[in-house]
Amino acid sequence: MRRLIRFAFDDVRPADEEVLTRMGMPGDAPVAPAVRTLLDDALEKIAALAEPRGVFQSISKADYEMVYRGEGRNAAESPLELIAPRAEALALFVGTIGENTGKEIRTLFRKDDPALAMMLDAFASETTNRVAEALSRTFLHELHGQISAAARVLPYSPGYCGWHVTGQRALFAAIHPHDIGVTLQPSCLMTPLKSVSGVLVAGDAAVHRFRPQWAFCDECRERDCGPRMASVRS
Amino acid sequence: MSFDKLRFAIQDGDAAAAKTLTSALVDSGSVPAEILNQAMLPGMSVVGARFRDREIFLPDVLLAARAMKAAMAVLEPLLLRDRVPSAGAIVLGTVRGDLHDIGKNLVSVMLQGAGYRVVDLGSDVEPDAFIDAAVDEGASVIGMSALLTTTMTEMAAVVGRIRERELHGRVRTIVGGAAVSEAFACEIGADAYASDAMTAVDRVKAMMAANPSI
Repeated sequence: MRRLIRFAFDDVRPADEEVLTRMGMPGDAPVAPAVRTLLDDALEKIAALAEPRGVFQSISKADYEMVYRGEGRNAAESPLELIAPRAEALALFVGTIGENTGKEIRTLFRKDDPALAMMLDAFASETTNRVAEALSRTFLHELHGQISAAARVLPYSPGYCGWHVTGQRALFAAIHPHDIGVTLQPSCLMTPLKSVSGVLVAGDAAVHRFRPQWAFCDECRERDCGPRMASVRS
Repeated sequence: MSFDKLRFAIQDGDAAAAKTLTSALVDSGSVPAEILNQAMLPGMSVVGARFRDREIFLPDVLLAARAMKAAMAVLEPLLLRDRVPSAGAIVLGTVRGDLHDIGKNLVSVMLQGAGYRVVDLGSDVEPDAFIDAAVDEGASVIGMSALLTTTMTEMAAVVGRIRERELHGRVRTIVGGAAVSEAFACEIGADAYASDAMTAVDRVKAMMAANPSI
């Protein structure tokens, strides 16, 4: 199964609170009128500029194991080594919001408007994450009737949770996301920058559950595994 | 006219007021260097302190930086005319192979707000380009950013080239970025590490105090 999907911006629009959280604001902090204006201006820009799209492609566990192994630079032990073998279905994915938003962010910095540039960047990063979530929902929908009713889909990406970023090379070689305009640089950087890649894992809440006690967890700045696991608990 | 109004305008992130008040101060005969040192920089200093104390957050800081820039647009030609030196020059860039520049741009904004002259080389910067710019611009600090583990090794190349060109001690380095840690900074021999933009300003201040120019 391979699906290429173009999303409407409203399908992947992050909540204002998520954008402000990415900007370092606690959820209960009051939002000043000037910050609200900044948020509204950034929203107007990204709604006009984002071209959210993505592709996913089913993969067998055996083939995924080869992709995951990549160049042999993963952590000695990692959550995905436990999660993927227990999955009910797997799919590689790549998503993006396109290049236009990134260009506008650079233009705003050049025009000496870092405030709007940073807010737009936060919006763009959150929107990109929402693309991965939208692909997860679509994959789950496509699997309807083939997997257990309790199954939920979560995306996992190279560069996180012990999956070394060089794993991008094997992933891209397997999925070839040129049809959505995403390419991989020699440094394993994706262009457009506001892109996301990885594996979609379908399984019940227990499949996605792990204790964040690996060595790499200490240096993790995301620390979103708890909320992610909670999100698939029924 | 009191400098306080301008200071508060910057603290409140009111760019229009900051620009108007700066023009008014200039028109009333205030000395440009005094406007900078007694109103604008103290205003940004308060913003930095409030940010550290979590009284305000990044969007507020960015709005203050926007107000600072609006005021600086009025003042900068006059400071140049009067040959008022900046707090120091720093070369910034994202290392070779890496195109992520948001973190680096944020550091640039914060450093400018603190009165430094920033020579921003952009992203995907060759090791020698950092050093050439530092020498050409008289900058005693090079700041490098990297997001990926595959690109942060380029920071070691810059540190190595500084030693090879016998500039170590005169040109200091500060590193940061998502993939970078204090341990990595020590390992490659960087002079400082910053986990965020505000810390970067503090570290640069400390390095500049010890070594203001090449």
